[in-house]
Formats: sequence, structure tokens, C-alpha cells
Amino acid sequence: MYDKAKSVALANLWIAFAAFFVAIILGLYQVANRSGLFPEIESHELYFASVSTHGVLMGFVLTTFFIMGFGYYTAATTLKRPLWNNGLAWIAFLVALGGTVMAAIPLLTGKASVLYTFYPPLKADPMFYIGATLLVIGSWIWCLEMIMSVVNWKRDNPGQVVPLAMYGTTANAVMWLWTSAGVAIEMLFQLIPWSLGLMDTVDPGLARTLFSWTLHAIVYFWLFPAYIAMYTILPKVAGGRLFSDEMARIAFIMLLVISVPIGFHHLYMDPQQAAGFKFLHMLGTFGVAIPTLLTGFTVLASLEGAGRLRGGQGLFGWIGALEWKEPMVVAGMLALFMLIAGGFGGMINASYQMNTLVHNTQWVTGHFHLIFGGTTIIMYLATAYHLWPKLTGRRIAARGMAVVQLWLWAIGMLVLTMPWHVLGLLGQPRRISSAPYDSPLVEQWDPHELAMIVGGAILLVSALLFVLNLLISQLTRKAEKFSDDDWAVAVYPPMSVPRPMNGFALWNGIIAVWMVVAYGIPIAQLLILDAPGSMPWGY
Amino acid sequence: MHIDPLEKKWMYVVGVMTVVMIASMTYAAIQMNLHPPSNVETIDPKTLHLSDEFAEDNLGVTTNPDGSLTVRMVAARYSFYPQMIEVPVDTDVTFRITSPDIVHGVHVPFTNMSTMVIPGYISEVNTRFTREGESQFLCNEYCGLGHDYMWSKLKVVPKG
Repeated sequence: MYDKAKSVALANLWIAFAAFFVAIILGLYQVANRSGLFPEIESHELYFASVSTHGVLMGFVLTTFFIMGFGYYTAATTLKRPLWNNGLAWIAFLVALGGTVMAAIPLLTGKASVLYTFYPPLKADPMFYIGATLLVIGSWIWCLEMIMSVVNWKRDNPGQVVPLAMYGTTANAVMWLWTSAGVAIEMLFQLIPWSLGLMDTVDPGLARTLFSWTLHAIVYFWLFPAYIAMYTILPKVAGGRLFSDEMARIAFIMLLVISVPIGFHHLYMDPQQAAGFKFLHMLGTFGVAIPTLLTGFTVLASLEGAGRLRGGQGLFGWIGALEWKEPMVVAGMLALFMLIAGGFGGMINASYQMNTLVHNTQWVTGHFHLIFGGTTIIMYLATAYHLWPKLTGRRIAARGMAVVQLWLWAIGMLVLTMPWHVLGLLGQPRRISSAPYDSPLVEQWDPHELAMIVGGAILLVSALLFVLNLLISQLTRKAEKFSDDDWAVAVYPPMSVPRPMNGFALWNGIIAVWMVVAYGIPIAQLLILDAPGSMPWGY
Repeated sequence: MHIDPLEKKWMYVVGVMTVVMIASMTYAAIQMNLHPPSNVETIDPKTLHLSDEFAEDNLGVTTNPDGSLTVRMVAARYSFYPQMIEVPVDTDVTFRITSPDIVHGVHVPFTNMSTMVIPGYISEVNTRFTREGESQFLCNEYCGLGHDYMWSKLKVVPKG
């Protein structure tokens, strides 16, 4: 069933994991270079080219292709119909892949060592900007696929409740269209014409403001599929039911509405925005913690139900009773653990005052590796194990190894990020390739630098086990058919939900108004202020 | 709509947590006047050396009539100029920093002397150092292949 949708899904997932594997090799090189323990490999040129490539591959390529692939599978199997336009899905794939290759050439040849935030007036090769923009355009076609699939399904099934997994996927597509507009404006009206020499100067303050529009909600674009897997795959695989379908919808809606108009917490330390708007965005930033706290509760409650059904007794007995040989269960529990740890750090980053002490220190790198590399990616990996038999018709070659691999991933991520948090508190800046400061501080950093190499090595081993497992599985002989109707059912499956919880019209209206206030006014102020622009600079 | 009583309780807990955190930050902002550096002021990065304020002779520490200090610095690849700043302990200091080239960041570890430095804008930080001794201004935004070498010295000396 749904073979056409599955082929395009599988192609997207393979690109995602190929990018992931390349990026993780670069990651190990980076921790080794950065530690200062191997002077013979130290190179600023190589390091910054590598870290730029690592960021782009992990943050933009792995995520976008995984989200597209998972979305196609979700659309076909939850709505139980082919994609709205399967040919267009392949066009999206080719546009995004073409863009990735275009951006990869300058990245790998050291012509785009501007890191994945590419703040002007550092200038990269125009190919980098154009390639990255094409990747985003590919993802927009995917958004259209998701939205049209649901629109058509609703037309044919009036009054019916959109399946939860698809509701979440569509929420993510709608959110991504809002989110990516910021960076698209920056690319089309600033960076591309400026890098091609059609414009003499750009305002870096305006560019950073536009980038912040995308920069925060993009992490929710990445996190959404992880939450969707937690809500709609994990409870069933664990042997239980989803605790609440409605609360899951409410969490998805809150993520959609709140995550876009709050990007100024990335600009707390910036001189081009005034305190009032920073404060306003802080309020929303704490608001967006709410859906995550709700998700933690609902997912843990679902797992507790599953553990008790399997005979778990007492307050914590259900934890031991869970199916710890099932990759998705292991990943779900580890993801929640890392989410709680990383969430606390996130609240410090988000805080209007405390942020000052950790801003742009290695603490920040530790934070987002824990939440993104930890929580989000471990759910991507477990989702891949879950989908592989359905997509390829073949069993996972080594299921026991999959469980070991996921444990290694979480351990590696903790060994990597805990020292980074400490280094940040000890004042180490992020984004350095070495620490040649004449300061006694540097000696305090050394032991933590050693720990991070161990973390990086564990992660590389884990990634290798993952990719090999998928590859070998796909090369084995076809097994039997695997069911696609494998989505979790709620304890009380909703027969009907209020209209706003089945669509997005109301929420789009609210976002539009909020965005006019949160971004429209500050951007208008910058345009009126018209700060003297900057010419392009090399690096 | 079906909402479990346990979920309702958790929603109250989440609500109270959120309100307490926002209230504490609001209190610190209004009552203690603690804000991130947010003075919005523009300057042409191409002619910084010709400007009154950031011409080379005018950089460094100046004492204001009320006894507070103003420190003017230029963040440029790959240092902060002047490369050594000396200020007394427990004294109000206002830093004014700008960049003639690209985006930099400056942080003195363990203090709230931290700001981004964006060409075209003047960053302003109000702070006071409470511990004597030597420390560093570290650049914390990637500014090119020499970024690692971008730092300078801060000396906090006894008062008077």
C-alpha cells in the first residue's frame, strides 16, 4: 500500500541520514581540534569550514529531509490515501537536493566558512546562499503537499477528526511557512543581491532581526516530528494507549502559535533592538515552555499506563516493567530525560537577565546539542527503526544492536554536553577553534576538553552502528508485509473536536496579528532608522 | 473535550511555574532596573576613525563629573582597542563599543559585561566590577579565521 509515497519518503530519509553521518565525522574532528590536545591537526581554515558544514548538514539538511520523509509517510498512512501530488513530492526532493549540493560545494572548499548562522557582513560565496534558499523552497513544496493532503481529506470526510499524527504534521508545515519567511526575506532582499554585487551594503542589524524570526521557531520545526513520534507511535509500541488526544492537539497548537513571534531572545545582547521588545519576546518565550511541559506529562502518563498494563506496580514499578528491548521505548525515555535536563538550561538562556552570563558561551552549544542532538535526534533515529520495515518491507537486521546504539547515543550526548555547560559557566566562548588566551582560566577548561572528545567518539560509534544497521537491513531479503496502521490510539479517542482543534484558520489569524506587533513594528523601526550599511567582508 | 483531572492539576502547576518565573524577571527588570544592553544608536562603520567619539585619541577610560566612568572601545579584527583597560572596583562604568568591520561579541567571564557589537550601531553596557584583579575581554562571536586571537585585558584595581 502507498508504495509511491513510501519511495519518496525513503529517498528523503536516506539523504537525511547520509548528511547526518558526514556531519558526525566532522563533529569528532572538531572536538579533537578544539581541545588543543592534538596541535598537529589544528587548523583555523579547516575547523571553521568543518563547523560551518557540520551546522548546515545537521541543522538544515538532516532535519529538512527527515521531516519531509516522515511527513509523506504520515500523510499517506494516516489519511489512508495517496499523496495529493506524488510527482510534486519528487520535485521538492530534487529542488532540496540540488540546493544542498549547491551549498555543499562552497562549504567543503572553504568558500562559505560563515557558520550556519551566516551573519553578514561576513560574506560567503553566492552559491551558498542560493543553495540554502533552494533547500527552503523544496521544503515549502512539502508544506503545500501536507496542507493540500489534509484539505482534500477534510473535503471528502466532512466533520471527521483529522488523525492526530497528521494534525501535528500539518501544524508543523503551517508553522514552517511562517517561520521560514524571515530567513527567506533576508536571503532574497539582502544576502543574495549583496553577495552578487548588486547591492553595496546591508544592515547587519536588520539581517540579524530577520534571521531571529526564523532562528527560534526552526528548532520547533525540528522538534515537532520528535513530539509527533512520542504522541502517536511511542504509546502503541510500548503496549499502551495515548493518555489524551485532545491535550496533544492543544500542545501542537500552542507550539504553532507561540514559537514564531518570540525570536528576540536570540537578540537580548544586540544593540539594534530596544529593551521593550526584548521583554515582550521574553514573555512568549516562557509561554512556549508550556506545550513542552504538557507533552512531558502526557507522554509519561501514556508510558506509565503501558508499564502498568505490563504488570508494573507501585509508584515507579511501571518504569522497570516497560519494554526496554524496544528501540522506540528506550529512545522515548532517554529523550524525555534529556529534554528535562536541557529544558532547565533553556530557561536560563531564555531569561531576560541571567542570559547575560551565558550568552555565546559554550553553555549555549551544550544546551542545543542536548535538546537537538539529544532529544530530537534520538527520536529521529528510533522513528527510522520503526519506519524501516514499513518502508522497505525488511526487518531491522539487528534489533538488539539498535537498543545499544540508542543508549550509546544518549550517553555520548551527555558526556559531550555536560562539560560544555561547565565550560560555558567558566567563561569559555562558543565558536572558537582553540583557546590561545593568556589567562589562568584556560587551565581550568582542560579536563572538560578531554571529556568532550570521549563524548564525540562515542557518538561517532553510535552513528556508525545506526547507519550500518539501516543499510544492512535494506540489503537483506524481503520479509513479510508490515502493517501501516500502527498509530497509537487514545484512551478516549475523540469522536469530534471543536473546529479550531481540527484546522488552523483561527490560529493563522492570531499569529498574523502577533507577528505584526512582535516583528512588524521592530522591522519598520529599523527601516526608518536606516542605519549605515556594511560592505561585504571576507574571513 | 475530555480532560483528565490529573491533567488539570498539572496545568495548574505549569501555570504557577510560568507566572512565578515571569514575575521574578519582571521584578528584576522594573525594581532593580536589570535589562540586557539595549541602547539603540547608529554610527557609520566606514568613517569610525573620523568620528568624534571613536577617533583613536578618544578611546579608553574617561571620568564623568559624577565620578562614574565611560569606557570607549572599538572591536575590530582581531582585538579590542585600546588593548588594556584599567578601572577601579565598585565604580559605575558605562562601556560604549562599536565595530568598523564585522559582527563581534564581547564578554568578561563571570560578569554581566556582555554585548554583541554590530557594525552600524553603538553598543552600551552599564555595569560595575565587584572583584579586583586581571581578567579578559573575550570575543564571543565568530568574526573570521583569527577569531580565537581576539581578546584584550581588563584590570580592576583598588578604588582611589
